[in-house]
Amino acid sequence: MAWTKNVLRVNLETGTCTTEPLNQTWAQDYLGQRGLATKYLVSEIDPKVDPLSPQNKLIFVTGPLTGTMAATGGRYSVVTKGPLTGAIACSNSGGYFGAELKFAGWDMVIFEGASPKPVYLLLMDGKAELVDASHLWGKTVWETEETIKKQHQDPQLRVASIGRAGENGVLYAAIVNDLHRAAGRSGVGAVMGSKNLKAFAVRGTRTDAYQVADPEGFFKAVDAGKAVLAANGVTGQGLPTYGTQVLMNVINELGALPTRNHQDIQFEGANNIGGEAMHLKRPTDGKANLVTNGACFGCTIACGRISRMDPGHFSVKDKPQYHGASGGVEYEAAWALGAANGVSDLEALTYANFLCNEDGFDPISFGATVGAAMELYELGLLTKEEVGFELPFGSTEAMVKLAELTAKGEGFGKLIGLGSKRLCTKYGRPDLSMTVKSQEFPAYDGRGLQGMGLAYATSNRGACHLRGYMVSPEVLGIPVKMEPQATEGKPAMLKAFQDLTAVVDSAGICLFTTFAWGLQDIQPQIQAACEGDWSEERLLLVGERIWNLEREFNLSAGLTCKDDNLPPRLMKEPAKTGPQKGAVSKLDIMLPEYYQLRGWDKQGVPTPETRTRLGV
Amino acid sequence: MQKSLHIDPNKCTGCLQCEMACSWENYRSFTTAKSRIKVFSFHEAGRFVPYTCTQCDEAWCMTACPVDAIKLDPVTGAKIVLDPTCVGCKVCTIACPFGTINYVAQSGKVQKCDLCDGAPACAKACPTAAITYVDADWTGLEKMRQWAGKTDTNPATV
Repeated sequence: MAWTKNVLRVNLETGTCTTEPLNQTWAQDYLGQRGLATKYLVSEIDPKVDPLSPQNKLIFVTGPLTGTMAATGGRYSVVTKGPLTGAIACSNSGGYFGAELKFAGWDMVIFEGASPKPVYLLLMDGKAELVDASHLWGKTVWETEETIKKQHQDPQLRVASIGRAGENGVLYAAIVNDLHRAAGRSGVGAVMGSKNLKAFAVRGTRTDAYQVADPEGFFKAVDAGKAVLAANGVTGQGLPTYGTQVLMNVINELGALPTRNHQDIQFEGANNIGGEAMHLKRPTDGKANLVTNGACFGCTIACGRISRMDPGHFSVKDKPQYHGASGGVEYEAAWALGAANGVSDLEALTYANFLCNEDGFDPISFGATVGAAMELYELGLLTKEEVGFELPFGSTEAMVKLAELTAKGEGFGKLIGLGSKRLCTKYGRPDLSMTVKSQEFPAYDGRGLQGMGLAYATSNRGACHLRGYMVSPEVLGIPVKMEPQATEGKPAMLKAFQDLTAVVDSAGICLFTTFAWGLQDIQPQIQAACEGDWSEERLLLVGERIWNLEREFNLSAGLTCKDDNLPPRLMKEPAKTGPQKGAVSKLDIMLPEYYQLRGWDKQGVPTPETRTRLGV
Repeated sequence: MQKSLHIDPNKCTGCLQCEMACSWENYRSFTTAKSRIKVFSFHEAGRFVPYTCTQCDEAWCMTACPVDAIKLDPVTGAKIVLDPTCVGCKVCTIACPFGTINYVAQSGKVQKCDLCDGAPACAKACPTAAITYVDADWTGLEKMRQWAGKTDTNPATV
């Protein structure tokens, strides 16, 4: 009952929208959101398809807890084959869009083909319509959202759209909803752009679209869950006060903060760009960067950063459109725009982050690619003539300039928009690309935290911190403390985290709850909302099934065990400073054990027994 | 003791738990579009502000209603819409200076906050105490306490 049991299929080529019932067998096997949409995608597209061709599909999907009072129950995902990686792409977003889609009566919307001209989908409860978007093409996310609301005289519409990055084929373009919440990684926005789909606007007012199966049990479980989040130091205090930026100084001091394209493992400017710095009054105008914290739909944590820039900062001096408050930097963005390229100007990072939101591109991949370009420049492989300006590490002006050029596909920004793997390959040094499966690392060094290295190498969507967050045990001691340099027990812990994460991502709630919640807190909420018996064992089996389904897709797409790897820098160049000094990744020790625990053969292929056991 | 809803926008994070709770109370659905309390986001100012009926003593909606469909609940002080009596003329929506009584096309009636018979669901659901249900004569008590705590300590007692 927590599913609406309705799927909308939009054929962009013919311009037709059709309704079909949700495959409920699949809902029982894959729960919802990430798992369920992956099952649909895998069943409907050729894994070898060109991600930017009309043959690829783009799925917006909610989970059974989306649009309920479960804390953080507002998530949706976008699932497709990713253009950056050539692997499965699944990007998760918060804000208010996901819940609105559910209120309108839909579990999932599947976009097929490509439209001959720019369009957007207008979905008012059961009424779906493709509307001409010629006047929106070339506009930013912020302009698009405002224009659509005005055009339909409906300020309560929720809009997810692409900016110029998605239109111009930036391979890590994002889909942004509610101005600054994003399905950010793996280039889902580029797929949307390739389909000439500018935006998706939805308004949901139905009261009969879905129900929780056992209301009394649901509220009991949900209230208990909220109490756990409120009492926990991370979700109750750390995240609301500092956002994910609570990590900047912690990770730096631990010696796991990748700096200047992973040449260093600690950043001397970390203190200037972290969560504490956002609270400090600026000497220039006496105001703090941080205005307040904000929540996504249904979230009782509220980690979101709402920032206001110094209007006198060089980057926005004559640009009043950036003087108001908007989405500020969270940890991964602050790291990528800052430490990854040696920039420690918080205002500049905030401006670049505004641009990422405004024009829809992933600050992690962007910032990390700038870092790679800076190393190529310092090695003399890239010249000032090619770039158009000087590009040394630490150049705030260069980072800002590239943020302005990239979404528009202008000048050297065109190459930055292809990501670091393609950039470094072009200049003859693919080894300098700090990526897995061509996707850039986020803000933890795989040498400093051995488990994170394994998590990156094995992540199904390329380097990612959100597929198995080994920072929890290795830094925060959740659920148990593991030493950063230890390898023992890490493959097993990672497998457990990956499977649990797949469940969380398929349920409609936010992964950040797992700083406080274990499966014992989540299971009663799913059980009370959904029909049937959802034991902890069954949920973990669902998670494992999802992980293996994604793996099978990647293998069919042409990826192999050779892609479960880390760049040579992490394997061979020892960390230079800090508590992890001398460390290199011990991936070669952990990976065989991981394969074995997964029930995969030495080539990383699920064995026939594993396939049978999981029904994949 | 009469109580009233008290809203402190500085504590609001925009999570909409209050809107879902209101919708659940009245529709058995989480659909925020049906909520009688709305949270407004003033994006450029970085502010979230919950807003709903403040139960005016001299209630314009009640005075304007031509069929006496809005009644005072003497216990809670809430002005309550009597659904069977309401004819959906919407005059109250014009009379209300604050916009907190609204027509519902689905039912053909108007709806407004009725304080949930003295146990407002929004206040219970609010995770940050931005919405509280407190002594109507002392809605300023918490703010007074905070300011009182900031006054200088008498040096003699330090």
